[in-house]
Amino acid sequence: MKPRVILEGEQLEVTITRLCHQLIEVHDNFQNSVIIGLQPRGIYLAKRIHAKLSSILKNKNIQLGELDTTFFRDDFRRKELIPNKTNIDFIIEEKNVVLIDDVLFTGRTIRAGLDAMLAFGRPKDVELLVLIDRRFSRHLPIQAKYIGKTIDSIESQKVRVDWEETEGKDRVTLLTDKD
Amino acid sequence: MSSLSVNHLLGIKYITKADIELILDTAKNFKEVINRPIKKVPSLRDLTVANLFFENSTRTKLSFELAQKRLSADVVNFAASSSSVKKGETLVDTVNNILAMKVDMVVMRHASPGAAVFLSKKVNAKIINAGDGAHEHPTQALLDAFSIQDKLGSIKGKKVVIVGDILHSRVALSNIFCLQKLGAEVMVCGPQTLMPKYIESLGVKVELNLKKALEWCDVANMLRIQLERQDIKFFPSLREYTMLYGLDMEMLNSLSKKILIMHPGPINRGIEITSEVADSDQSIILEQVENGVAVRMAVMFLLAGRMN
Repeated sequence: MKPRVILEGEQLEVTITRLCHQLIEVHDNFQNSVIIGLQPRGIYLAKRIHAKLSSILKNKNIQLGELDTTFFRDDFRRKELIPNKTNIDFIIEEKNVVLIDDVLFTGRTIRAGLDAMLAFGRPKDVELLVLIDRRFSRHLPIQAKYIGKTIDSIESQKVRVDWEETEGKDRVTLLTDKD
Repeated sequence: MSSLSVNHLLGIKYITKADIELILDTAKNFKEVINRPIKKVPSLRDLTVANLFFENSTRTKLSFELAQKRLSADVVNFAASSSSVKKGETLVDTVNNILAMKVDMVVMRHASPGAAVFLSKKVNAKIINAGDGAHEHPTQALLDAFSIQDKLGSIKGKKVVIVGDILHSRVALSNIFCLQKLGAEVMVCGPQTLMPKYIESLGVKVELNLKKALEWCDVANMLRIQLERQDIKFFPSLREYTMLYGLDMEMLNSLSKKILIMHPGPINRGIEITSEVADSDQSIILEQVENGVAVRMAVMFLLAGRMN
């Protein structure tokens, strides 16, 4: 079976633009809000959202950080983990944080991210934005507030998000075992 | 390559170039962690680590303990001077008794070369060698490599001279293995009496003249004269050693380029290097200490990753 394309090209662009407008509804001009992308794959979406917001709001000062959750994961020693860079040069104390990842599945990465974030202060509130929400197989009571697209998939399937920056093309595909 | 090829860190001799690079890369992440307002991560919260120091240590022991605490491990400390070793207990018995209390990882310093390798064959825990006699001191070599990389960008092709008591130095041996694996050129420099026989067989250059050695290198690692390990006289007097192999500002300023000065500590100020040199802007001695914690966190994190 061919991998099923979920989002691609212009469609993906429209989705990202919609997410940005939803964010602006809540966060106004991002005066007291910051964006944090989760490593390794959430940072590309975070950068896109950041660039789009900056151009819509004509505000060059929206803060963007990259957060690595490796040392805070609960599956350390169950599988191989490779740490990535954390790059947050601001304090999130009393800020509204928008946490961004590409795919929400079990919720464990987000759980680790919430813990890892605390090293940078106590945020006023935290919201979650994801491009793809895999509705089934959540292990923890975690839901996203802003969702690009919700899909139903079984555990053995995999969602793959490609970006122009890294893979040469913007595309989200659903892979089954045989692909 | 994303996990170590070994279950213990017994010496640099036993690990690969890829292992070293993985440790240094992971240490970069931990260096960022220990510079945060909150320096602690929960990675090893379910592990207990025993620090067994059969020989004195300040820096290494503190550094390991801080690294363990910043990884949220539980720590038990043991110093031979205040223990039942004095009553005649053997190494294996001592360690097995400690392991019976459910310890997962052992950091050990011992005066006998090979103590860590011996222990790794006898007991069921991850072993990290924190110095075994004049054999190896792997974490020191790793943090030295990390510090050079941090300052100079890379290690490949760099020229490093190790100066002083090569004969009694575990730091020298581990550094030679580590730097060579990473592609650096290594020279040793010191009085002939403190040069191990056959040292050339490791592929290092030997130079007896300090000035010539310093002119050649990019980095000079100045070792301490280990009087406690010298059972006979290797040179006429400390004063004579200082005159020939001590590094002072005059010598440093007379060189044609700026070199990095390193020292594994403890420094004997006024013997191997003067205070001005130790405190100069070319010295990275305190950076080495800071990097030591990050490198040791990386080593323990990666070894724990191999524990299933």
